[in-house]
Amino acid sequence: MADASPERETPAKPRLLSDPKFRALVFQIIASITVAAFVFFIVRNTLHNMESRGISTGFGFLDRVSGFGILQSLIEYNETSTYGRTFVVGLLNTILVSVLGVFFATIIGFIMGVLRLSSNWLISKLAAAYIEIFRNIPLLLQIFFWYYAIGFNLPGPRQAMSVGDSLFLSNRGLYLPAPVFESGFMATGLAIVGSIVAVIFLARWARKRFEATGQLFHTVYASLAILIGVPALVYFLSGSPMHLDYPSLQGFNFQGGVVVIPELFALVLALSIYTAAFIAETVRSGIQAVSHGQTEAASALGLRPSWTLRLVVIPQAMRVIIPPLTSQYLNLTKNSSLAAAIGYPDLVAVFAGTTLNQTGQAVEIIAITMSVYLLLSLIISIFMNWYNAKMALRER
Amino acid sequence: MNFKRISVVTAAATAGLMIAGTVQAGATFDAVKKKGYVQCGVSTGLPGFSATDDKGNWKGIDVDACRAVAAAMFGDANKVKYTPLNAKERFTALQSGEIDMLPRNTTWTFTRDTSLGLNFAGVNYYDGQGFMVSKKLGVKSAKELSGASVCIQAGTTTELNLADYFRANKMEYKAITYDSSDETVKAFEAGRCDMLTSDQSQLYALRIKLTDPNSAMVLPEVISKEPLGPVVRQGDDEWFNLVRWSLFAQINAEEAGVTMKNVDEMMKSADPNIRRLLGVEGVKGEFLGVDDKWAYNIVKQVGNYGEMFERNVGQGSALKIARGQNALWNKGGIQYAPPIR
Repeated sequence: MADASPERETPAKPRLLSDPKFRALVFQIIASITVAAFVFFIVRNTLHNMESRGISTGFGFLDRVSGFGILQSLIEYNETSTYGRTFVVGLLNTILVSVLGVFFATIIGFIMGVLRLSSNWLISKLAAAYIEIFRNIPLLLQIFFWYYAIGFNLPGPRQAMSVGDSLFLSNRGLYLPAPVFESGFMATGLAIVGSIVAVIFLARWARKRFEATGQLFHTVYASLAILIGVPALVYFLSGSPMHLDYPSLQGFNFQGGVVVIPELFALVLALSIYTAAFIAETVRSGIQAVSHGQTEAASALGLRPSWTLRLVVIPQAMRVIIPPLTSQYLNLTKNSSLAAAIGYPDLVAVFAGTTLNQTGQAVEIIAITMSVYLLLSLIISIFMNWYNAKMALRER
Repeated sequence: MNFKRISVVTAAATAGLMIAGTVQAGATFDAVKKKGYVQCGVSTGLPGFSATDDKGNWKGIDVDACRAVAAAMFGDANKVKYTPLNAKERFTALQSGEIDMLPRNTTWTFTRDTSLGLNFAGVNYYDGQGFMVSKKLGVKSAKELSGASVCIQAGTTTELNLADYFRANKMEYKAITYDSSDETVKAFEAGRCDMLTSDQSQLYALRIKLTDPNSAMVLPEVISKEPLGPVVRQGDDEWFNLVRWSLFAQINAEEAGVTMKNVDEMMKSADPNIRRLLGVEGVKGEFLGVDDKWAYNIVKQVGNYGEMFERNVGQGSALKIARGQNALWNKGGIQYAPPIR
């Protein structure tokens, strides 16, 4: 709200109704009351109508036994679990797809964005072709393509392709050996956590020393040595307390090991390739937004080209890249709800699909599902805003 | 900020108003009469039950359920409009008033009848769940299926029966759920799953959709009771009565031997049963709020239950399903209708 102009000379009898401040206040109050009354009316009307038609309401159904199976579950789940648990299973499956999708989309997107600016004609045109093709085909079609084209053309489990009898690829998915931890594995776990903490401190120390003295330290090699060496040492000293559970063909299918189901594979592939095309454009625009003078200045100072990119261009480009990158992450998370189309058991398929249909409580379930996506998106936004603030230009 | 608030409110408002709108429209019976046609919720394509033929006309016993109601109400079986729905959408569509009746191979269960605000008006097909497997597997019984991957349509009683059956027999399975039955067939054909489970009648229908129907077989086990029938919204008994008695009229017509062909001669019949059925004497259509010739119109335009069955799923169709449980009660089946008197 703009304040009344201070230059006004004589406040000639301020009538309340012509006072802009007061009027604005009145209108805002009226608008708020109208909106609140409207929402109240809608909610009451809906509840009343559902009651008068004998449609059951409330959240009691979350405690009832679901009685159906789910293809993939990250937590213990069976037919005797509750609808509340199906919700958690669906949510975790959605988060799994989103995290994997964001991870791969970021990597592919950054590589493609940089390649797009390559001075090599062929590379830059290939990157451009990739971006234009995948950005302009509807995502749902791409999901179907990867699912039907790849998932359905693999051999059956009895003719599965295998690598050394431990890795099997068939139309039932990719079966990998699963690690089984024994009782003495605790020490190794602690060693892993410890070495991660050590590496963080090392990196900080190296940076401080560099800023103070200008001396470089080989942080990358030292970190790798700590990360691999220490846990490995502890692992063997404690007597290798882990073995692998190999998948094997029994009856119709493989038993044991872990499986990447074709639905998950197709979905992650489609989501990351599609979103990466947008991220690539974001990255390209970010890099191009950094003035060429910066690169020239860096070379004038004698910085190597790789350093120029890492220390001068990327940090400045990130400020342009992060805000649109955030919305790409949000898009990817929301697009993961297309999973239902190929039978991947995500939140929409399991909860807003099967659970809704078995219980018939559409209003509650859709409300819960919408709030979950809202919450997921807000969490991503908060995290990216924090990261953005951290990367922002700071004066030293 | 304002925009966000507005869009949230609009969304909430639309949801609320959709429900409000249907209540204000009054009883379904009057609403249907006024608009002049029955809005009928059917499947997205299940041969024999509800599917479009090569000319784009809806055919099937579920379609005929709506046509019979239209014949009774308007004297014209063609006054029906169809809304194809998948299994997940069907109840919401009926609850929200988007459709007037839902004959969509829907199983009558306790939960659906009591907690969804819906009523089942009768049973037009007694079904049971079965399994279809590829002949290559060499399986002869469902008991040999432990560890199998199963393709299944989401939002059906099938999902629950499958879980029950495998649990009761201490077998393992992996369910891959798709939105439509077409997708389950595609996945089954591509070998994504070892078997496809659904109601037996559907299995026969889906089997014809395979590129090579002879590569698959339906196992003998029937693992559940699936009484399929038309569903209406709770709270309009007039409409419920009309839907229910339209089906009963067809069953009674078969029992009395009244067919599409002989119905005009039967008007002159001396048998009081037939005379009552066809509205010549005794009962009046006004009890249902329709014309006295309501049952005549149903039989004339849609046929009796047996004719409807044979035409859509029986010997007159590609499915060739035997009457079995769906034969009349006096012919070894369980189709039984209360008398019209």
